[in-house]
Amino acid sequence: MSSRDRILGRVRRALAGVPRDDTPYEQAVPRDYQRRHGERSAAETVDLLAENLVDYRAVVHRCDAAGLPALIAHLLGERDSTGVLVPPGLDEAWLSATAVQQVADRADATPGELDRVDSVVTGCAVAIAETGTIVLDGSPDQGRRRVTLVPDHHICVVRVPEQVVSSVPEALERLTPAHPLTWISGPSATSDIELDRVEGVHGPRCLEVVLVSGARPARLA
Amino acid sequence: MRVALFLTCVNDTLYPDTGRAVVRLLRRLGVDVDFPMAQTCCGQAHYNTGYRHEAEPLARRFGEVFADYEAIVTPSGSCGAMVRELYPRLGERARAEGRGDTLERVLAPVVPKTYELTEFLVDVLEVTDVGAYYPHTVTYHPTCHGLRGLGLGDRPRRLLQAVRGLDLVELPGADECCGFGGTFAVKNPDVSAAMGADKVRNAESTGAEVLCAGDNSCLMHLGGTMSRLRTRMRPVHIAEILASTEEDPAA
Amino acid sequence: MSTTDLGMPGLPPPGRPEFPPFPEAAHDAVRDERLRGNLRHATHTIRAKRARAVAEVSDWAELREAGRRIKDHALRHLDRYLVRVEEAVTAAGGTVHWAADAEEANRIVAGLVKATGEREVVKVKSMATQEIGLNEALEAEGIRAYETDLAELIVQLGKDRPSHILVPAIHRNRGEIRDIFRSEMSEWGRPAPADLTDTPAELAEAARLHLREKFLRAKVGISGANFVVAETGTLVVVESEGNGRMCLTLPETLISVVGIEKIVPTWRDLEVFLQTLPRSSTAERMNPYTSMWTGTTDGDGPRVFHLVLLDNGRTDTLADEVGRQALRCIRCSACLNVCPVYERAGGHAYGSVYPGPIGAILSPQLRGTRSAIDASLPYASSLCGACYEVCPVAIDIPEVLVHLRERVAQGGEVTRGGNRVVLRPARGHGAERVAMRAARWAFGHPGALRGGQRLAARVRRFRPRTLPGPGRAWTGTRDLPALPAEPFRDWWQRTHGGEEEEK
Repeated sequence: MSSRDRILGRVRRALAGVPRDDTPYEQAVPRDYQRRHGERSAAETVDLLAENLVDYRAVVHRCDAAGLPALIAHLLGERDSTGVLVPPGLDEAWLSATAVQQVADRADATPGELDRVDSVVTGCAVAIAETGTIVLDGSPDQGRRRVTLVPDHHICVVRVPEQVVSSVPEALERLTPAHPLTWISGPSATSDIELDRVEGVHGPRCLEVVLVSGARPARLA
Repeated sequence: MRVALFLTCVNDTLYPDTGRAVVRLLRRLGVDVDFPMAQTCCGQAHYNTGYRHEAEPLARRFGEVFADYEAIVTPSGSCGAMVRELYPRLGERARAEGRGDTLERVLAPVVPKTYELTEFLVDVLEVTDVGAYYPHTVTYHPTCHGLRGLGLGDRPRRLLQAVRGLDLVELPGADECCGFGGTFAVKNPDVSAAMGADKVRNAESTGAEVLCAGDNSCLMHLGGTMSRLRTRMRPVHIAEILASTEEDPAA
Repeated sequence: MSTTDLGMPGLPPPGRPEFPPFPEAAHDAVRDERLRGNLRHATHTIRAKRARAVAEVSDWAELREAGRRIKDHALRHLDRYLVRVEEAVTAAGGTVHWAADAEEANRIVAGLVKATGEREVVKVKSMATQEIGLNEALEAEGIRAYETDLAELIVQLGKDRPSHILVPAIHRNRGEIRDIFRSEMSEWGRPAPADLTDTPAELAEAARLHLREKFLRAKVGISGANFVVAETGTLVVVESEGNGRMCLTLPETLISVVGIEKIVPTWRDLEVFLQTLPRSSTAERMNPYTSMWTGTTDGDGPRVFHLVLLDNGRTDTLADEVGRQALRCIRCSACLNVCPVYERAGGHAYGSVYPGPIGAILSPQLRGTRSAIDASLPYASSLCGACYEVCPVAIDIPEVLVHLRERVAQGGEVTRGGNRVVLRPARGHGAERVAMRAARWAFGHPGALRGGQRLAARVRRFRPRTLPGPGRAWTGTRDLPALPAEPFRDWWQRTHGGEEEEK
């Protein structure tokens, strides 16, 4: 007998007491928890996002579409970045004001090569105000997962208010499970020493989130 | 209202003063109290130690002895929780094991009318000032089964705050277990003693003369620890504080 | 370096045939002032933070109830959902394996690693792989597994055993961690900086540098998963440091070993657990990183993905109608952090990778109650109920503890290895059984009870300071209560309910 059959057989014997007409899934789970916590205007939701991002040590900047290239150039300059990784579908205008060397992500780039690039700039799929979270889904303006992981400095651009939702339930509704997803809430951290939170371990130690208003959507792949 | 005192076997045997205090207190508040002589033990120790089947006849006896009263009052959070929380489970399990619904039927009527003392005072009699006088500094330890099992909340504190002369001081780490836990106290004596010693130290740090609680079994453990550690505090059941008056002070 | 000097997580300390029973292990831990201090500091810190994080959401009770129902439903239809997971993961480009026990799971994983030709793997912290002793099994096959979670690294470098679900090195303070890094890192790779201090930020930096070279060259990653979504075949790993992202993203091959109880039916179900898990475990609104992946994705992440579905006692646990609720556990460790027994005895006393209250109900179900440690675990609790109160999936841990005590003391029918067997009562409970029966008889005969009470009253002047035999467990640290002159019932009868005493 295969282990598959053995395990499924054990499960079925263990559940012999469960009636055939057991409550179906749709009725088994009460969903009387809240879709979001409190009612806020779009602007207030963006403010809450900013507040919660800062609370977990992300650095938050706000600008309009016209000011974005200069802001990004400024942030890269501030870190003395010598190179910036560029996902394939990033709006070219965003990096139009910086002189920092732009590194395209090649399919055959090794992790070691990525490790030599200081910064990365991406868009995002959605941002969650209540938890201060940005979610990446591998779309062309965000690139594959490793580009936002290996460089130590991540600048993530959130188009507000349209990419911001209030809550975790609202975010899941917007996401496609088949995409590889990375939920990011502040820079890398650990609580492993005396259960006390310390920022900065393996992921980017500096997370800067730019909340940009009036930007047009990223072009589709 | 015809009310039965369910004193519990521990109080009956070791702490009759607590029983007398409950009788005195309830009579003072105009309650007709009876003590059914056929009562013995609720079966909690049996149940919690893994002898559920030995607990069943005791639960059934409880159901029979107390069936005809309008309310059953007990000065014990843990025995109260045994009746209220675990008796329904006991009946359910007996039925699930194919032993019929007799136990369930005997227990069902007594479960909702069993009250821990402070609950009975605040919820049924709707009093918080019971006319007590107790000129001492007191700190209150909410015992686990009262706090988390029965959800007594701030009822005991409201009663204590209304006692004249009583100075109620906050106990640090109040909602942590004292370490008694029934047979836990002897099956895991080192951890139990460490928890007890920490609780006593916290109590001592308040400067109170009296450590008050609603369960004499916890107080037996804490009192035994206090005298061994030579602290100057003493353990007192809340019933004895609430029964105390200017004319008839507690011993 | 060989495995013989390593404390294997699933096995007793070196030189011992089996783990000592809980009270014996706790005896030493309670007297270890440094351990007590470390644990008190850490658990009290997180306790207060968790309470604040939970208080922030007004619908905590509803989220908790939904979480309980989702897991219960998934468990009640687990056969259906397991098959659904297999279909969905396979359709998304993954390969699914089934492992009935630890040995089979280890064999599968070792075989998969060997097939890649690699001799080292990087690991994301995973309870399931600790439970089955995967690192040691790989070592025996000549494969070195690097733990990459900071606390796991501390445990691995210190040749230690984990003592907490979330923070396996919770028993170590910063000074001890610095000493371990200084003396051991060079054995495994990049040494710690010579001037390393004990500030947490410097310790984290040392770990970053030490592990980075391993991440960048790793070809095989091994993980567990916090959740598997049956509907979509999506796996979820919740973490903080980024080591999880490294292991899940950079290697060419990813092997995930997942207990069969980790399944949730739908994508939407994550909306409950992604709110309750971070607040319960690290006391954060959201943990820094959560990775979700479904099979493989062209050009992004591992090209080969294997999912190993692990039973190892879970179906036996599922067969127990009271005990099966332990399978709802999402490994948040909130119950450890509030447990007064855990705080004083420490995690090692539980003799399992699952310490604390959840361990006390999980280990004796996954492993059975035959060994001394497993037979003692159900008693390692004062039944104070703090664990149940904080559990984000409402596992009634005290209920299961009492249920398992019954199994130990009385024996009875259980499922082991998929078969129904009848257990005999565990040894050492004979006297207790007689005493319980005698007490039940006395309580059934108030006359006998009264006789006993009166006898006690008569000898009340002889109050010994210490008792012999089992009574010493009480009198070792506590005085006995004074016996009253008469029991309450005698007073009641003598005074006609006190009427004749009142003026």
